[in-house]
Amino acid sequence: MRRYLLNRLWQSAVTLVLATIVVFAGVRALPGDPALALAGEDRDPESLRAIREQYGLDQSWLVQFWQFVSHAARGDLGQSIRTGTSVRSMIVSALPVTIELSVLAILIASVIGVGTGVIAAVRRGRPAEWAANALALLGLSVPHFWLGLMAILYLSVALGLFPASGFVPFFTNPVANLHHLILPALILGTGLSAVIMRQTRSSMLDALSADYIRTAEAKGLSPKAVVGKHALRNSLIVVVTIVGLQLGALISGAVVTERIFALPGFGKLTVDAVFQRDYPVIQAVVLVTATAYIVINLLVDLLYSVIDPRIRVRGEA
Amino acid sequence: MAVAEVTEAVPTAPLRSNRRRVVRRILHNPLALTGLAVLAIAVILAVFANWLAPHEPTQTHLDRAFAPPGTAGYLLGTDDLGRDVLSRIMFGLRASLHVGVLAVAFSLVVGVPLGLIAGYFRTVDALISRLTDLVLAFPFLILAVGLAAIRGASLGNAAIAIGIAQIPGMIRIVRSETLRIKSLDFVAAAIVEGASDAWVLGRHIFPNAGSAIIVQATVGIPAAILGEAVLSFLGLGIQPPAPSLGTMLADAQQFASRAPWAAVMPGVAIMLLTLAFNIVGDSLRDALDPKASRR
Repeated sequence: MRRYLLNRLWQSAVTLVLATIVVFAGVRALPGDPALALAGEDRDPESLRAIREQYGLDQSWLVQFWQFVSHAARGDLGQSIRTGTSVRSMIVSALPVTIELSVLAILIASVIGVGTGVIAAVRRGRPAEWAANALALLGLSVPHFWLGLMAILYLSVALGLFPASGFVPFFTNPVANLHHLILPALILGTGLSAVIMRQTRSSMLDALSADYIRTAEAKGLSPKAVVGKHALRNSLIVVVTIVGLQLGALISGAVVTERIFALPGFGKLTVDAVFQRDYPVIQAVVLVTATAYIVINLLVDLLYSVIDPRIRVRGEA
Repeated sequence: MAVAEVTEAVPTAPLRSNRRRVVRRILHNPLALTGLAVLAIAVILAVFANWLAPHEPTQTHLDRAFAPPGTAGYLLGTDDLGRDVLSRIMFGLRASLHVGVLAVAFSLVVGVPLGLIAGYFRTVDALISRLTDLVLAFPFLILAVGLAAIRGASLGNAAIAIGIAQIPGMIRIVRSETLRIKSLDFVAAAIVEGASDAWVLGRHIFPNAGSAIIVQATVGIPAAILGEAVLSFLGLGIQPPAPSLGTMLADAQQFASRAPWAAVMPGVAIMLLTLAFNIVGDSLRDALDPKASRR
């Protein structure tokens, strides 16, 4: 276990360093002088010199890289060239929205995915399985941003069931906060729930044909007890695995969902920064996303090895 | 040369009977046939859009703006500028398929050799695994954002971003197939007999990994199509006025309550296209899986 942990930590550290190099190199791959890009509209030679000095653009790239890393490590991600606010404070205010949206989406997707997956496995060959399979296939195929548009058009605008856009912080008004986020979270969770459903179904089918289940049934345990125990045990592993595998899709999905529902989150920050050519913000957003991805994946893997002992053994071999 | 004959016979014989069985299974599956038919129609509409589309996709008819579906000459209605929704969908399908095929081709060209190498040569396995981890750390939209910031937004850059994002999946599938096939007796026999690495990889491992690669590619195309729609919707993909299903939806968002059909139709088109690909991909996977008959 300890060796697996150290190995996994080492891998994550290497990936993180590589990711930082990619982001660093990416900004320097911009056409033209990076100082011009970082300065935006401001072409004043004085401020260009200040920027060159601030980012050390007159130094060798090794020194530049070191400055970039040490600034980032201290949480100094530069200033927006549009608003002048610190990129760090922009991210700190946007991140909670995205985290809440994603956690809600994972919760909703888990409930729907595990529920329909168990039904499909237990009701094999009956209409319920067919319906659950069809639903999963639809969930995988529907462009969820379009589903969001349709939900706004028909549920929010026509029926007035949900607010079409906007955000209320949780601590200001928890009820209004959930009312604003439930529809976006449901939309963001569609694809995820389809993947969870399929995986739950197939792992349940495997489990139901296993010897120990036959033993449990032969022993006289009720089908409900057998399924219930296995549904719960397996579904936890399935959800953790899928969330780890689908994390990238979830982050990408959150960006689009925030755009549609006008949520002031990380995704909106990202897209706005591209259109405004706000390079310090783009650089920071990409770096933060990559770091978050690596850290969350590490946690998922560790959690996974805690839940499923087989992984531990394999990791050590 | 007895061993050589065995190594020749084992990989080819089951493959041939396999292919026949796969085709038979798909032809006997009504769902798969429906999916294939939808795909065929989509491809025909996209390829022959120049001749089949009733109007120029970018031609505006301001006097006919917001014509509802069923209006004479405008089967699916018009948008805010009076452009024909049906014609724009046909050309949009072309763009979608174009990006889908381009992105998957890109991931195949890069991913298959890397996957073969990673699975076959233990020494470079760790290096390639770190590189795939690195790519995975940049979710496709973030990759696309970066590329759009550096190189500008376009169909080609959208395809590259989506293709790069699909490479890790391709490498992993090919790598695990390579590991599996490498441990089979006929490969060991070929190696013992002195076959070169290139020969073993090209002659034995690659053909036997074929079905897994085909399934992965079939799954990759609809994912790429959805990716293109998302990017174009955000303005990071195909640039207006060029028709794309994603930009059509972005436009329609502005006037969705006035002309809901302009927002509904392109979405339905994307859904049918990806649904058809996913159905065909699923059927193909089931047909290729020897264990599938159990399920």
